[in-house]
Amino acid sequence: MLVLARKLNEKIIISDSVEISVLEIKGDQVKLGIKAPPNVKVYRHEVYQAIQEENRAAAQSAAAVALPSLTGLKPLPKRP
Amino acid sequence: MKINTKPYGEIEIDARQVIRFPQGLLGFEERHDWALLDSTQAPFLWLQSLDEAALAFVLLQPDYFRPDYVLDLSELDRESLGKPEDADLLVFAICTIPADQSRMTANLQGPVVVNRKDGIGRQTIQSSPQWKVRHHILEEMAASGVR
Repeated sequence: MLVLARKLNEKIIISDSVEISVLEIKGDQVKLGIKAPPNVKVYRHEVYQAIQEENRAAAQSAAAVALPSLTGLKPLPKRP
Repeated sequence: MKINTKPYGEIEIDARQVIRFPQGLLGFEERHDWALLDSTQAPFLWLQSLDEAALAFVLLQPDYFRPDYVLDLSELDRESLGKPEDADLLVFAICTIPADQSRMTANLQGPVVVNRKDGIGRQTIQSSPQWKVRHHILEEMAASGVR
């Protein structure tokens, strides 16, 4: 892993197009500003983790036994 | 082609049911080849791994219980899906079904999107804080007036 030390208001550039600035340092919290082109999506790592964990839970829970019944509900609308 | 499935053992499927996930699914990044199976219990479907018979997900189309669900696809998502027409897109939520099945949940933050024309899939991430990894299907169905 590349490790860079940055001070307040200093930046790093990734791949010529993503700019990350240190905007504020307060106690154990750092506020970062991220400038990136629209095709670069930025998420908190917790979002990735939450979906990974939910996928694992879903895979565990998908037993081969009967699925819950949603009978009495309308059929799925026809797709074009 | 014949495949081994978690819910139904060995079954015959059509090549059109095979979906390639170039990035895998989150937490299952190395699993690229899947098949979309009708379930014997509609409206659920199965997403079955072709590499690992014991790995399968239960899917539900989000608008079945949340008619207000709107998918937000990024440019990156569209590129990964082979730049599909909207009409060729299918959207699914992965379901988690606990022992008490009435508490089953669906993941609307990480929906699985399929380009059915080209057989390409991707698990997307929705940025809207409205969509979580655990939505209670039956409760929200009742709340949204879907019957």
